[in-house]
Amino acid sequence: MTSSDSSLQLNHTPGHVKHSGHNLTGFVIFLCSESIIFLAFFAGFTIFKLTSPEWLPPGVDGLDIKMPLINTIVLVSSSFVAYFAERYLHKGNLWGFRIVWLITMLMGAYFVYGQYVEWSNLEFGLGSGVFGGTFYLLTGFHGLHVITGIGLMGLMLYHSFRPGNYDKGDMGVTAVSLFWHFVDVIWIILFVLIYVWQRY
Amino acid sequence: MTSTNFDPRILKAPHPVPGAPDNWKRFLSFNTDAKVIGIQYIATSLLFLLVGGLLAMIVRGELITPPADLVDPTVYNGLYTMHGTVMLFLFLFPVLNGLNNLLIPTMIGAPDMAFPRLNAAAFWLVPVFAVLLMASFFIPGGPAQAGWWSYPPMSIQNPLGHFINGEQLWLLAVALSGISSIFGAINFVTTIVRMRAPGMGFFKMPLYCWTAWGAQTIQLIGLPALTGGAIMLLFDLSFGTSFFRPEGGGDPVLYQHFFWFYSHPAVYVMVLPVFGIFSEVFTCYARKPLFGYKFVALASFGIVFLSLIVWVHHMFYTGTPNWMRILFMFTTMTIAVPTGVKVFAWVATLWGGKLRLTTPMLFCLGGLLNFIFAGITGVMLGTVPIDIHVGNTYFVVAHFHYVIFNAIVLGVFAAVYHWFPKFTGHMYYEGLGKLHFVLTFVGCTLNWLPLHWAGLLGMPRRVASYDPEFAIWNVIASIGAFILGVAAIPFILNMVSSWARGPKSPPNPWGAIGLEWLLPSPPPAENFEDDVPTVINNPYGYGLGEPQVADEDFYIRRAQEA
Repeated sequence: MTSSDSSLQLNHTPGHVKHSGHNLTGFVIFLCSESIIFLAFFAGFTIFKLTSPEWLPPGVDGLDIKMPLINTIVLVSSSFVAYFAERYLHKGNLWGFRIVWLITMLMGAYFVYGQYVEWSNLEFGLGSGVFGGTFYLLTGFHGLHVITGIGLMGLMLYHSFRPGNYDKGDMGVTAVSLFWHFVDVIWIILFVLIYVWQRY
Repeated sequence: MTSTNFDPRILKAPHPVPGAPDNWKRFLSFNTDAKVIGIQYIATSLLFLLVGGLLAMIVRGELITPPADLVDPTVYNGLYTMHGTVMLFLFLFPVLNGLNNLLIPTMIGAPDMAFPRLNAAAFWLVPVFAVLLMASFFIPGGPAQAGWWSYPPMSIQNPLGHFINGEQLWLLAVALSGISSIFGAINFVTTIVRMRAPGMGFFKMPLYCWTAWGAQTIQLIGLPALTGGAIMLLFDLSFGTSFFRPEGGGDPVLYQHFFWFYSHPAVYVMVLPVFGIFSEVFTCYARKPLFGYKFVALASFGIVFLSLIVWVHHMFYTGTPNWMRILFMFTTMTIAVPTGVKVFAWVATLWGGKLRLTTPMLFCLGGLLNFIFAGITGVMLGTVPIDIHVGNTYFVVAHFHYVIFNAIVLGVFAAVYHWFPKFTGHMYYEGLGKLHFVLTFVGCTLNWLPLHWAGLLGMPRRVASYDPEFAIWNVIASIGAFILGVAAIPFILNMVSSWARGPKSPPNPWGAIGLEWLLPSPPPAENFEDDVPTVINNPYGYGLGEPQVADEDFYIRRAQEA
């Protein structure tokens, strides 16, 4: 090779190979950022609860914990179910993944149903002081995330029937699964703040 | 012949839509090319600089005489609220995102941003919320009038009782702006962290990327808090909750915490990239390596960290307990340390350098001078007793504009001139550029320097009429503001005429060091395509005679032949 020909080709170090798959990086950054909205709401709730002169609206003496507790158990266990679905996918058992993934979705749907039943039986509304406002804001905002999560899982289920869907890896399923765990952890904090804390 | 063992397909971002226009029409389309999006952002934001500037000139026209004679005081409230909102959300954030789009991929040798479609979506949200905000001028009751802070209980008043009102549109616009910024931030951070050229470790990365990275980190941490507060404010305004309504058991001061937790760091979102621009421009036109590169780089994240724990200094006079005031006074003072590191590094870089006083260099020198002044008044304001004395006077307004306009906007102009040849392929006219600088520097000094005195004498902000004893300072300030308005003329003339028929630019007209200068002007759609250079030396190696990348001659030759 003469030196003038060196302009045609260059000797490269394979430095860019590690650049595949920044979708997950972006998604994790998004989740960290999203968690701060919840953190703001949690901080607001805590400050209101500690400083508000009249916390509960007149005629309300606290929240019933039984129904939300069942909901919590369902949602928390659905996170483990989602993990097993992912394991099936890694092993290449596509139908195992689809069935267990669907069970996760159904558990999520049960949670939303339970939330709906709880909301419709409450005797206070959005405008019932700071207590009503924060209660509906927190549970509603979290509920929106649960519904979004179920929608995303449905999308992943639909994609799993597309031939060659996993040729480039299963980043989508990993991301949705992460989102589901995130929604789960947020709920645990929310449950402790709203339901458990009221007893003390 | 050597064969490479890495697969260039991995590098490729999704291509622009097949059949996408290649002429000026691409700037009006949903284009996923970061360089097109960058110019879309910058052009849109400069348009809104004119809108915000026009609002400012009406404000200054009102204030040139003590009585409220030009506009009604209610209209005046709407004018300054919208001036602040337009300047921050429709000028500064978009213009910096535009620079990020142009500079980050080219500086680190990436073909595009990590998520091109998200990037385009982030840009196209800007016109949407711009229309929402502008529409609020034409609805009954007019635009939001509670100032850009939008403090309750003022902001949750709805005297006309319409469901759709100026404040509501303001909140929706701010929320959409937040979504757009988060999309952008995810993109910029991922791109910087994962798509750097081979050999470009973090400590070989240009400072603009460091500062943009820091700024976008603030967006990711701070913006959701403001969004949370804005959602609660919107519920209070429109859906009858009472989070911030004292009569319903709410706490208006809590909103101030949410607001300033983001909006103080937001100043650093804007100023950090300008610190990056200073570092790029000073080294290039002083022909010297940056003094203390590593410390300047790390100081960016020192600023990021500290900026998140100083917000209460905006609330020293709103019923904050004393221990909190003292605590936040100390954190506020601490922030002078990392910024001081940067300022001393720039001065040491300039010291003994062979300065070329081109337009970008002049803008940066002016910006640095103003920034040092603004930093001194900033330390004054961070002191509790002084702040309680001058809080809510024109001293605060003057300090704030010294940071935002006299330092940040001057830095942005410097960046526009410095990289104009690179991304348009044409040289700008130096004479018009220098005229723009002189008018801007004289205008901004006349505008805001006197207002410090007015503020120290006790002139309150946000009022349409004032005591005649402040008249002299306001006359000078208004003259300065009108000079700034005139300064727009040479700028627009320069940009339009040089892009249309300016002389062709070589790949590296300034003899600058950096990956972007190894590309042709303007760079091709995918920048370095398959031949991404390997970085072997530190950035800013001016005068050291060492190549920054391996096979530098190849890239220089290729850029010249293109």
